[in-house]
Amino acid sequence: MKIELKQVCKSFTKGSNAVNDLSMTIKDGEFVALLGPSGCGKSTTMLMLAGIYKPTGGMIYFDDEPINHVEPKDRNIGMVFQSYALYPHMTVLENIMFPLKQMKVPKAERIVRAQAAAEQVQLGHLTARKPSQLSGGQQQRVALARAIVKKPRLLLLDEPLSNLDARMKIEMREEIRQLQKEIGITTVMVTHDQEEAMTIADRVAVMKDGSLIQYSTPMELYNRASNLFVAQFIGTPPMNFLKGDLVKAGDTYAYKENAHGSVLGIRPYDLKLGNQGNVVMNATISLVEPLGHSNLVSARIGDTLVRFFAESSYQAERGTAVVCSADLHSVSVFDKDSGYSQNVESCIKEAFAV
Amino acid sequence: MTGGRALNTKKSRLPSAGAYVILGIITLPIILMYLWLLINSFTSQMKHGVIPTGFTLENWKFLWSNVVVNGTEMPSIWTATLNSLLFAGALTVLELVVGIMAGYALSRLNFPGRQGLLKTTMLLHAFPSVALLIAVFYILNFLGLFDSLWGVILVKTALQIPMTAWIIKGFFDDVSWDVEWAGLIDGCTRFKVWHTIVIPLVKPGIAAVSIFSFLAGWSEFLLLYTFILSDENITLASYLQKLMSNPNVINYGVLSAVSIFYMIPVLIFFIFTQKSLMQVSATGGKGV
Ligand SMILES: Nc1ncnc2c1ncn2[C@@H]1O[C@H](COP(=O)(O)OP(=O)(O)OP(=O)(O)O)[C@@H](O)[C@H]1O
Ligand SMILES: [Mg+2]
Repeated sequence: MKIELKQVCKSFTKGSNAVNDLSMTIKDGEFVALLGPSGCGKSTTMLMLAGIYKPTGGMIYFDDEPINHVEPKDRNIGMVFQSYALYPHMTVLENIMFPLKQMKVPKAERIVRAQAAAEQVQLGHLTARKPSQLSGGQQQRVALARAIVKKPRLLLLDEPLSNLDARMKIEMREEIRQLQKEIGITTVMVTHDQEEAMTIADRVAVMKDGSLIQYSTPMELYNRASNLFVAQFIGTPPMNFLKGDLVKAGDTYAYKENAHGSVLGIRPYDLKLGNQGNVVMNATISLVEPLGHSNLVSARIGDTLVRFFAESSYQAERGTAVVCSADLHSVSVFDKDSGYSQNVESCIKEAFAV
Repeated sequence: MTGGRALNTKKSRLPSAGAYVILGIITLPIILMYLWLLINSFTSQMKHGVIPTGFTLENWKFLWSNVVVNGTEMPSIWTATLNSLLFAGALTVLELVVGIMAGYALSRLNFPGRQGLLKTTMLLHAFPSVALLIAVFYILNFLGLFDSLWGVILVKTALQIPMTAWIIKGFFDDVSWDVEWAGLIDGCTRFKVWHTIVIPLVKPGIAAVSIFSFLAGWSEFLLLYTFILSDENITLASYLQKLMSNPNVINYGVLSAVSIFYMIPVLIFFIFTQKSLMQVSATGGKGV
């Protein structure tokens, strides 16, 4: 099912919008992740898609049908709530069967399908328990099973994996992904975790203060952040930011600190020891942390702390002066005031002009 | 190891023994009073007021025959019992039906004047019913409901509703919105969510409120005494009052027996409902 939001707004109090002028299109069968810091309006957006909140402005379309005034029960959606929202007085199996019961599926079939859904989230052995007798992660998986059991047209997942341990998280992530591809459900998932968003989603929508900041594929988000906020948010370890200009000297560019210059962003993976790259800067080592396959180096360039990777054999004392470099095309440049991404050329100064 | 554990259990048992002793001492006078009541109802005479002499069922005669006190024949105890049951039962049902709906609306629906209504409810509860006796008399008389049990039931319900609605509102407040929303998304209408999901979650609250309102109905005296005159509408509380109507000649034996009879349904009721009074449904959410 294709979903379209056009200039959707939602305000709870006069004068401030929890969701502000949100426009985005989700293609049929696409997996979209909503990513953003706490309180940026992710849950509110989900609840508007679910029909629980009515937008205060704008339109939402499901397959080109305006659905602003369609009741949640007529939307055929499945949702996992941030708080799980299981029915405490029903057993796990009854919880999972509940949506089917509302669809008037015959009882025998209901049980078979609910049991299958429980197996899918690896809870087949716990179906007789009450939600209060389950751990947080197990409750979360019950909520997931309840959301998928009726094979909805749209699956809404509000941080469905937040309470699982690392291994279960990856397993469930794959399970969701597989399931989603299998039945081709259009899916929207909220997450805090940028890595989760990057690995699971076809496209990622980054939100901040109720507005959509960037909506693109994970690779594009990583390589071509449209804005300083996105660049800061995406990638581990986070991008290095340096304030200053690049001074052109023949084929190479020297970094020169300048508090009033643009913000240069360089991914830790793109910054290397030595001067192979054409953007060269001088740094002093502050710490070398072994990670096994490589070493994570923290160093100071001017007043700014940067991080990059070095060979696992690399050793250096604190305070050692080194030269490091990156390729010009891997450097992102952001306007220091607006935060918008700029052309690299804008911060290059000719040597004689300085 | 074992020694340590034994010590541990001993330690943890000591304070609870202390609690029993203290509670026992505090409740002793009440228990003794009830004991006195029981013994008094089965004896013809108490020596010095405390030592029973001679066993008799004379005081319990009201159960199988009509008794005459101070020259007037008392109405049948069974009429009074049925009336009391009807009064308390109807009060409970009415209070629950109105209270649950009002409580849900106050807790969940956003309508103009909600805040004002919430404040007035509290104010209404603070009103002593004595202050309203005359006004209520006029209204009942006007409606032709004077000397009718149903009239008093309506009055008592109206007086109880503010508190009931308020308490039930509190229970609804504790049900998370998410659970309700999940129901909507899973294909229910708002009403269906209300009675298949929300009501079961507030069951302990409903149980508690119904117990309290039944007991309030059972022990109601003032309204019934004021607005009920005829013998066929008498309730147990008024029956007891009738026994004491002439303070110079009170038969304490009969009074004790009727008092105990009056208490029995309450005791039975408590035994059957204390479990649901104690039980608090655990919710399945993170923070709810
Ligand atoms: N029912 C409500 N009434 C008033 N304000 C609300 C309501 N629900 C959300 N808000 C406000 O709207 C904003 C967005 O909230 P929302 O729950 O969508 O955030 P979120 O992105 O889901 O955050 P989190 O990651 O912490 O779940 C917040 O500032 C919040 O305070
Ligand atoms: Mg949220």
